[in-house]
Amino acid sequence: MSDTAILFKNVSRHFGEVRAVDNVELEINDGEFFSMLGPSGSGKTTCLRMIAGFDRPTSGQIILYGQDVSNLPPYERPVNTVFQDYALFPHMTIEENIGYGLMIKGIAKDERAQRVEEMLKLVRLPGYGQRKPSQLSGGQRQRVALARALINHPKVLLLDEPLGALDLKLRQQMQVELKNIQREVGITFIFVTHDQEEALTMSDRIAVFNEGKIEQVGSPADVYEHPSTPFVAGFVGTSNLVSGEVAQRITGSSKRFSVRPEKIHLAKSNEQAASDMFVANGSVRDVVYLGLYTRYLVELEGGGDLVVVEQNLKTTSMDVTGVKGQKVQLFWKKDHVSYVGG
Amino acid sequence: MLNRVSTFFYKRPKLVLALFLAPPLLWFLVVYIGALITLLINSFFYLDGFTGQVVREFTLQTYAKLLIPTNLQIFARTTVMAILVTIASVILAFPLAYYIARFASPRMKTWLYVAVTLPLWTSYVVRVYSWKLILAQEGIISWFARLIHLDGLLNWYLSHDLVGGPSLAVSPTGIFIVFVYIWLPYMVIPIQTALERVPKSLIEASGDLGATPAQTFRTVLLPLSFPGVVAGSIFTFSLTLGDFIVPQLFGTSSFYIGKAVLTYQGTSGNIPLAAAFTMGPIVIMIVYLLIARKLGAFDAL
Repeated sequence: MSDTAILFKNVSRHFGEVRAVDNVELEINDGEFFSMLGPSGSGKTTCLRMIAGFDRPTSGQIILYGQDVSNLPPYERPVNTVFQDYALFPHMTIEENIGYGLMIKGIAKDERAQRVEEMLKLVRLPGYGQRKPSQLSGGQRQRVALARALINHPKVLLLDEPLGALDLKLRQQMQVELKNIQREVGITFIFVTHDQEEALTMSDRIAVFNEGKIEQVGSPADVYEHPSTPFVAGFVGTSNLVSGEVAQRITGSSKRFSVRPEKIHLAKSNEQAASDMFVANGSVRDVVYLGLYTRYLVELEGGGDLVVVEQNLKTTSMDVTGVKGQKVQLFWKKDHVSYVGG
Repeated sequence: MLNRVSTFFYKRPKLVLALFLAPPLLWFLVVYIGALITLLINSFFYLDGFTGQVVREFTLQTYAKLLIPTNLQIFARTTVMAILVTIASVILAFPLAYYIARFASPRMKTWLYVAVTLPLWTSYVVRVYSWKLILAQEGIISWFARLIHLDGLLNWYLSHDLVGGPSLAVSPTGIFIVFVYIWLPYMVIPIQTALERVPKSLIEASGDLGATPAQTFRTVLLPLSFPGVVAGSIFTFSLTLGDFIVPQLFGTSSFYIGKAVLTYQGTSGNIPLAAAFTMGPIVIMIVYLLIARKLGAFDAL
């Protein structure tokens, strides 16, 4: 299982002056659900397109299961793609769409029909074979696009923001479904998204992209709890960045650190901080009651703000809004601090 | 005051719609449909051969005259010409449209677009006459044929009645060449538009699923641009069916539909027969469109 599926060796892709992908080194394991996360224009989609073969690296190599594919055309690569706009062929039925890859390979009609039927079952659309893409909803088209790619038994499946066009509920449902399908077929999935929650939900590992470079690669927990750069701390979830003199007052060092809002405890006046905790003093500037939890904005002594999130386990909206303007103490475990450098 | 007028119309959206639609509808009904109905009615009258007057009585005898072998030959000749011109236009236009739609840089695209439509900016008759010079006995083509010692081949080709004549400028081949020349833009533009409307991701998806560029062309691009081909062919086909200037200038003594209408109506005053002749292309076009629909040309619209 620990075979390397994809290896990026010093891969760059320049469009004129723009370095869309800049010296990327990356290793993706066989059978892994790997996400490429980043804002638009960060190079994640270009990386995906270079694996698919729609784009070629300006320099560097892309190795797919030991084979250098950098200069192979898309139709000679053992990968398939699920497109952002699904890219279903409008003049073909669902059955013809799903069977397209097999038809190109010259597989006999009977076997084709049988395998298409299996695929329709896998994506829970049996009986839809004779319809046209225009007669399906967004979520259904999405599944057809998935079936059309998976039927070819690719070594790697590439997904380019496939859930972007769906509404929230359907998206969450598809996230679970995609993950289940990946477990069932057991092939490597590479998933491109700008939605950090999506990446955290589904991935075995995540690569965070920014301005053509990879900022961090790691498991969802790793990336969330121990961001290694200020960008990752800010992009994945919300984070508090503290540096300089204020950091010095809290940790005794001026190194820049990040701490997640939900890790911070709003202490009661009689509480004592444990020895493994950092302490900060401030006053509550703003309180936003959000039902499930409350978000506090605390102005620190010596400058700077911290966002604190606490669940409303016993408190009501009356209790929390009363805190506004008061002086408070903030506690959090030393383990929950990540020194992000920069 | 102006305010009240605005309010008056705002409250009556249907009246506004009616006012906007009235001029084009009137134009369409009176000029287009009206003219067609007049034609249809006239085709059921007949010309008294003795007095030379049109007799306004319902009769089918004009249609009986229309269906004599000589006239049927005119229909067949014109239809075959229209089909050949259409096929040649598709063959010439498709690669050009494909290049403009998918490969040309934006700058190149503008230039090619202008180049394709440029001939439409000048008079059709002038352009047709310029072909007279190119195709004439002493014209460019004959001169070039002599230069490379192929004039014998050209003369041999022209000696066949079906395609030839005294020179290229007076032969069915000449008519064919000029037709293809003047109608080509009407084929290039619809095909180009159709090709441009095919999303790039469909082409990529096809390649991603293992199709070579040739297979992608056959299974994705061609079917999706077929409505454009049909749209273009409606132009080339119907324009060839009705044209009378090109056969007049480049034709031998054999008639084409347009020329026949002109002769009957203008020279011999036989308006009923001319009207009946005009019904021919209309019927042929209806049959053509039905076949096109059967082929699925309008499915993707």
